[in-house]
Amino acid sequence: MSVRHALLALLAEGPKYGLRLRQEFEARTGEVWPLNVGQVYLTLQRLERDGLIESDDAERDGPQKTFRITPIGADELSAWLRTPSDLSKPPRDELVIKILVALRLPGVDVHDLLQAHRRYVVELMQRYTHIKAEAPPGDVSLSLIADAELFRLESVVRWLDAADVRLNRPSAEPSPEPSPAVGEESPTARTSRAEIRTEAST
Amino acid sequence: MTAMLELRQVSRTYGSGAAEVHALREVDLGVDPGELVAVMGPSGSGKSTLLTIAGSLEEPTSGEVLVAGSSLASMSGDDRARLRRRTIGYVFQDFNLLAGLTAVENVALPLELDGVGVNAAHTTALAVIEELGLAGQARRYPDDLSGGERQRVAIARAIVGDRRLLLADEPTGALDSVNGEAVLRLLRTACKRGVAGIVVTHDAALAAWADRIVFLRDGRIVDQTTRPAGPESLLAHGPSR
Repeated sequence: MSVRHALLALLAEGPKYGLRLRQEFEARTGEVWPLNVGQVYLTLQRLERDGLIESDDAERDGPQKTFRITPIGADELSAWLRTPSDLSKPPRDELVIKILVALRLPGVDVHDLLQAHRRYVVELMQRYTHIKAEAPPGDVSLSLIADAELFRLESVVRWLDAADVRLNRPSAEPSPEPSPAVGEESPTARTSRAEIRTEAST
Repeated sequence: MTAMLELRQVSRTYGSGAAEVHALREVDLGVDPGELVAVMGPSGSGKSTLLTIAGSLEEPTSGEVLVAGSSLASMSGDDRARLRRRTIGYVFQDFNLLAGLTAVENVALPLELDGVGVNAAHTTALAVIEELGLAGQARRYPDDLSGGERQRVAIARAIVGDRRLLLADEPTGALDSVNGEAVLRLLRTACKRGVAGIVVTHDAALAAWADRIVFLRDGRIVDQTTRPAGPESLLAHGPSR
């Protein structure tokens, strides 16, 4: 989350005081990301130092100081808004690792394990859905934040469901060896594994 | 409080011998008035069978089904038909609206079948349609409505009159996520007013609207959620990432 760019976005609407920036930031993000005053002023100082914003009076500090965005700041904001977040690196997902490890452990029912994780995630989804259900009709920000978390959690449930189905297939029995010897693996599989490993480690 | 719906050790078997399929195995489930319960499970887990048995559209091989405290097995065929018309509302994935009737006529139909006069049935149906935000579409035919509007009409038909048990089978399957959410809001609102509801789905986002979620696998209830904690803790500290 870039506080720096969020403040630039608020200043793109017009000049504002530091305290007002903090209030508006919290209101726009559904009060999910609380900011302290020090964080706001420190970020504003850096933005001013970098020429992205300017203040009425460079000598006067404090709550009465008004900030405005500069043309360089407007360009920076525009570039940031259009730059996709980097999703190319697969996260080191602890859940995936747990299930992969469990596949070879004796005495572990992987379906029960999948269900334990599924219940936890679905209970979390219930809580975010409750937030959305109780949100005031005009509060689009809160609904968007809840949606983002819900879609993220839903993808976890879908992975758990897919794992359940895959592990029900007769071919899903794990081989006794940890992984096929390199020479026995198809070139395509070898390339795919290498690609995922490279992305994950960069 | 008497559960509006109670399944006691309900099993359902299809076929026999080598072809025998156990769709449901010793299922116990109670749904109170005012409660929305989601039944989640993969294809073939027995979700739809559970719903048709709960709705008296099919009989269990063994076990007992009680609606509002009365055992379905002890009712005559006529009594069960009356129960289906008066007490139970059904919402299906493909809406099941009659194409030759307008929205308000579709909603009024169950009342008319139950002996309510045409004018009174239409007045009641129109009130429910207006409540669901469809006043402008009341005189339109299903083919002239969007998917979301059709499903709202189907929900109006399911809750019109004195329905106390609402059964929904993948009710948002054909809708996008925002329209699907609108449908779940309506089901939730109906339940808040005292209706007992069951929605069966494979979709976690849909199930998350329920007060309680039970998980079905191979015909058995294998798990269920506890009543969720309030959302305050999620907002107090913000996302951890």
